[in-house]
Amino acid sequence: MSENKVLHPGLNLHGTDPARHSRAETTIFGFWVFLMADLVLFALLLATYGSMSVHGVAEGPGPGELFDLKLPLIQTLALLASSLTVGLAMLHVKYRSDLRGLAIWLAATALLGLVFLALEALDFHRLAVTENAPPQRSGFLSIYFLLTGTHWLHVACGLIWMAVLAMQTAAWGLDSPVKLRLLRLGLYWHMLDVVWVAIFTFVYLFGALQ
Amino acid sequence: MTEDKRKYKLAESEDLGRKEELRRYLLGAASTLLLTLMSFAVVAFGGVERTTTLITVSVLALAQIAAHFRFFLHIDLWRSHRDDLMLILFTTLIILLMVGGTTWILFDQWSRMM
Repeated sequence: MSENKVLHPGLNLHGTDPARHSRAETTIFGFWVFLMADLVLFALLLATYGSMSVHGVAEGPGPGELFDLKLPLIQTLALLASSLTVGLAMLHVKYRSDLRGLAIWLAATALLGLVFLALEALDFHRLAVTENAPPQRSGFLSIYFLLTGTHWLHVACGLIWMAVLAMQTAAWGLDSPVKLRLLRLGLYWHMLDVVWVAIFTFVYLFGALQ
Repeated sequence: MTEDKRKYKLAESEDLGRKEELRRYLLGAASTLLLTLMSFAVVAFGGVERTTTLITVSVLALAQIAAHFRFFLHIDLWRSHRDDLMLILFTTLIILLMVGGTTWILFDQWSRMM
């Protein structure tokens, strides 16, 4: 039965919504192309960071002096928890068409995302003001702020997208194009977590070892 | 298919599929949490040599990324759509070439300027 095949990444709708499932294939593949291109962008930012954290410190402070591990660990745990909650929201999209449950899990995801953004913003402020290490101090700091700032903006855009989709779901329900948009939001959110795993390891953990 | 039969079919697949898919998300959360805590512990508490620590932490990060693809993005090497898998392979190739090339050139240039 062709409808039972896995047609695209993420939760597939076969079983509960076969008609939309077969239409989802091309739509979600297009989004998958964007996500993979985004991964290449982040990989290159990380490569530049890897070089700059060794060669571009100039007379400024290096990663070993600036980063502590506790805050990034809490941020990692917040993003990980939000990956689970967005997954649970996707299960509601697929099985229940239960708008209340979906709203609760999306709200939990948004809350965890906001915690992440707030902690990161506090850290940016600590570096730029308290530690006197703004982006213009050295090449290392420029690329550090560019890399983590790009990720910060991605999470912020994800939250705005989530708010728009929450309104669309309330207005039109799940029996509309909104359903596939929610699936794509889920993929986007998981991908941001993948990028953060790389940042946590190659920026913070490696930095603590320098 | 009559309306009744359709409802029955939905209910049946709902019960089996939902449990399994919930399990997959919970497994993903548990394994990625464990891997995060492990790599944190290696750096924070492990008195291991620096190079060993760097390699261990990198391997743990790769394992965690693989877990994200497996449990959260539901990528399955045997069942996923061929196009999705090909694109992952191509992206990996591009990343290896560009990250490897960038690192090689910049570190080589650095050593020549010293």
